[in-house]
Amino acid sequence: MAAIAEVAAVRAARRNGIVTGTVVMTVLLAIAPFIGLYPVFVMKGLCFALFACAFNLLLGFGGLLSFGHSMFLGTAGYITAFTAKEVGLDPALAILAGTAASAALGVIVGGLAIRRQGIYFAMITLAIAQMMYFFYLQMPFTHGEDGIQAVPRGRLFGVIDLTHPLAMYYTVLVIFVAAFVLIYRVIHSPFGQVLKAIRENEPRAISLGYDADRYKLLAFVLSATLSGLAGAVKAIVFQLAALTDVHWTMSGEVVLMTLLGGMGTIFGPVVGAFVIVTLENYLASLGEWVTVITGAIFVLCVLAFRRGIVGEIAAWWSAHRR
Amino acid sequence: MGDIILEARGLTKEFKGFVAVNDVNLAVERGTIHALIGPNGAGKTTCFNLLTHFITPTSGRIFFNGRDITGSRPAAIARQGLVRSFQISAVFPHLTVLENVRIALQRKRGRSLDFWRSERVLTSLDTRARELIDAVGLARFVDSTAGELPYGRKRALEIATTLALDPEMLLLDEPTAGMTHEDVDRIAALIRKVAADRTVLMVEHNLSVVSTLSDHITVLARGEVLAQGNYETVSTNPAVVEAYLGAAHG
Repeated sequence: MAAIAEVAAVRAARRNGIVTGTVVMTVLLAIAPFIGLYPVFVMKGLCFALFACAFNLLLGFGGLLSFGHSMFLGTAGYITAFTAKEVGLDPALAILAGTAASAALGVIVGGLAIRRQGIYFAMITLAIAQMMYFFYLQMPFTHGEDGIQAVPRGRLFGVIDLTHPLAMYYTVLVIFVAAFVLIYRVIHSPFGQVLKAIRENEPRAISLGYDADRYKLLAFVLSATLSGLAGAVKAIVFQLAALTDVHWTMSGEVVLMTLLGGMGTIFGPVVGAFVIVTLENYLASLGEWVTVITGAIFVLCVLAFRRGIVGEIAAWWSAHRR
Repeated sequence: MGDIILEARGLTKEFKGFVAVNDVNLAVERGTIHALIGPNGAGKTTCFNLLTHFITPTSGRIFFNGRDITGSRPAAIARQGLVRSFQISAVFPHLTVLENVRIALQRKRGRSLDFWRSERVLTSLDTRARELIDAVGLARFVDSTAGELPYGRKRALEIATTLALDPEMLLLDEPTAGMTHEDVDRIAALIRKVAADRTVLMVEHNLSVVSTLSDHITVLARGEVLAQGNYETVSTNPAVVEAYLGAAHG
């Protein structure tokens, strides 16, 4: 009986911990520009954190390893940049258009890929992402190697002037926190329960009458959509949509961020994204060596702490409480 | 024979030249416990997988309540009321006992694609879930993680989960495999209890369980039906004795 009460207590504590953690994270991010952090740097971190959280929804909670997620980040970036610059849409509408484009792409790619499992699923997503890369390389509207440059930030809803750094910063923060809360909700929804059941034991979930593929497809599309949102916001922040965002190394980077922070944890991808962005920022002077260092970290992570930073802390914490 | 709930006609499955199940005809009468027995490699589990369409038959047809379900998808077959268990205990290891049963109950509220709603809407299912857990003697473990349960308890949880769907017919794949004596007795009693108002088809190795529980027995050997009938008829059939003890006789 004591053991049962303990399990319930641990779960309640975990839920409280997540609520507290979200509040602390939001407050820290809200005051970041006033404690000496460079807003553009934090915004870059937030865009990648959102991307990694969206990826983690699919990998950590759906058990599906996509190796082509750069296509969702990049597609939304290109569509947002194009509609904001060439069509002259309001930034909110441009972000919406980019996100919708990634959602649509998610339906198509997901529909094809979820029919296969494991390494084959990863290979299909990688293959399609490579096709998308060459498509964007060739299409005139992307300007190939140059990318779409000087994207106007514009006025959000025609009112808020996003050229002001703090206006841009708080817009990104609101979008990030909203998406973060949405992901938490998805994980703890009736849908999330079934998704976890499928990840744990797919044949059993099917034998209970669940069409596993429908649930996996919805998870894939949600992940693609939120990855798209990250790419769309990133295009407005940096006023640029370029090939690096659709390159396969970007798909690898999001895997690294998620594993480093802690796959299947709520905060892991955020931590992982900020660690990687920080490293790239401060080690930029080392040039190509950044890749070697992140590669070494990846190897270390897989060998020594598989649960990732947040996963290891959580495990240590729950072991310590007993 | 009376009212037939599940029928297989000429069921055949070939794996690259090897015939695992060959022209099996099977008719399960409504409200009975029907056992499928046979030596190792007789094709019992393949038969099970064919009936629930976890694998597709090379030829033959399957009827459930008179409806042809040969081409139906596994999830659709489950929704029609023909629910199976697995040989290896099939629980969701990182979910709690309560959540395991709730996943099954949740299915009856329809498609759970509502990702925007809080999982708190599921607490309305808790009362029924606790009743089911209580019925299989797991009340003490309601909040334990399923993966930490001992083997016999996992099987009990699996049965509770299956019963949560309130299926018309249960397919149990070796429900007592690898269990201790007291667990076997508990599960046997449980099967008898749940079979009171349902049909059960089970693959079982434990012949004492088969003899006490089943109304009807089909013996498979090398993918073919060797004998059918009640326990007395089947156990005295010379072909069956030879199939089981063949090596010793030879």
